[in-house]
Amino acid sequence: MNAKKVVMDADGIDRSLTRVAYELLERNKGVEDMVLVGIQTGGVFLAERLKKKISRIEGADVPMGVLDITLYRDDLRTSNRKPRLGKTDIPFSLDDKIVVLIDDVLFTGRTIRAAMDALIDFGRPKLIQLAVLIDRGHRELPIRADFVGKNLPSSLWEAVTVSLKEKSGRDEVIIEENP
Amino acid sequence: MRLTKKDLLGMKDLSIDEINLILDTAESFIEVSTREIKKVPTLRGKMIINLFMEPSTRTRTSFEIAGKRLSADTINISASTSSAVKGETLIDMARNLEAMNPDVIVIRHGASGAPHLLAKRIRQSVINAGDGAHEHPTQALLDMMTIKAKKGRIAGLKAAIVGDIAHSRVARSNIYGLTRMGAQVAVAGPATMLPRFIEQMGVTVHHRIEDAIRGADIIMMLRIQMEREHQNIFPSLREYAKYFGLNRKNIRLAKDDVLVMHPGPINRGIEIAPDIADGPASVILEQVTNGVAVRMALLYLLSGGKA
Repeated sequence: MNAKKVVMDADGIDRSLTRVAYELLERNKGVEDMVLVGIQTGGVFLAERLKKKISRIEGADVPMGVLDITLYRDDLRTSNRKPRLGKTDIPFSLDDKIVVLIDDVLFTGRTIRAAMDALIDFGRPKLIQLAVLIDRGHRELPIRADFVGKNLPSSLWEAVTVSLKEKSGRDEVIIEENP
Repeated sequence: MRLTKKDLLGMKDLSIDEINLILDTAESFIEVSTREIKKVPTLRGKMIINLFMEPSTRTRTSFEIAGKRLSADTINISASTSSAVKGETLIDMARNLEAMNPDVIVIRHGASGAPHLLAKRIRQSVINAGDGAHEHPTQALLDMMTIKAKKGRIAGLKAAIVGDIAHSRVARSNIYGLTRMGAQVAVAGPATMLPRFIEQMGVTVHHRIEDAIRGADIIMMLRIQMEREHQNIFPSLREYAKYFGLNRKNIRLAKDDVLVMHPGPINRGIEIAPDIADGPASVILEQVTNGVAVRMALLYLLSGGKA
């Protein structure tokens, strides 16, 4: 069985993000002190979309930053696959802010661990929340998401890929047997 | 993509892809130095030895800061404090250092080829921080990073390198790097400072500064090594300044948006007039800032991800 399965299409992704935007506003009672930080690269596009949605719903502009967690990874020594180092750009203080960390897929939790270490080097947020498009389970650390687009039970042998328009030209979430 | 080399010994060995990888990685490191907490945990637990057998403040400090910003432990050994004064050979010294399990050895040495000798004998990564009159690759990389940041590209630019080309490892590394990346390089200096057959490195050779800098996008002035004044390679510092110094007048021959670079330390009023060194075209201090980022990138690329 090597079938590709589309588990979310463009409309599905958009509806999930709309719901997450409303949930963010509901939980935090508006946008006061809220900042968005997208994790390179998928999380950045999702953060941009959430920022737009929030601005449409609430009429307010939420600051947004970009975080590359490569320098905080715990597998520099062991990983063969070395991602190209990306840019980090957080042009505002995180002190006493509600930081909403945004990523595309939540899997082992190690990326989020690294991202939290990085955020704390930038200041002392009041609160860090996590928003992800897909939660596929299999956590290796005690981390959970506050806002989830879709829970996608998966086996360890499956690959979950989030394609986004900004990068690959189309919006979809695919699950497939690992080649 | 990753850097598959164990060592960084010279620009001569680097491909276009490798140079681009290093420059792109370095660009991402600029941001770390602008943070309030200027440190990332990437090389925690790694040890970097700075073995400086020749005097240096800028390069050694730059490597030390680069290592520290990546959370590595950095140790400096300089000529006066090393056992070389007790007569130990470089190889013996290196093997002793190797036995202490460092991860990277950064070496500056007065003899051309010393880093290459070291790299062959030890397991650890070796970075050449300047060897004799041979190469100074991290200087060329930081120069190229500065050019790319200001001009957006390197290919197609006209660069002039002026001064004591024969004794300059900075010139040699930049000639290798810039020509590989597609820039045109002109060199100029008194005949005693131009090595024979230098045109075989793909540069044009001039005996007047004016000819080299005409229409240039980049002017790199080399430091006149004052200690050589009595070696009969130029009559006097005053005469050198007059004929080969960059000043308000001759700089007009270059493009309006020319970048003036200098590897430092500068001799004000000799190879470069003070108002040019401090003027709007000068990127001398940006070079220093970029130096830390380039060295962070190299330490990161050479010591991380060794699977």
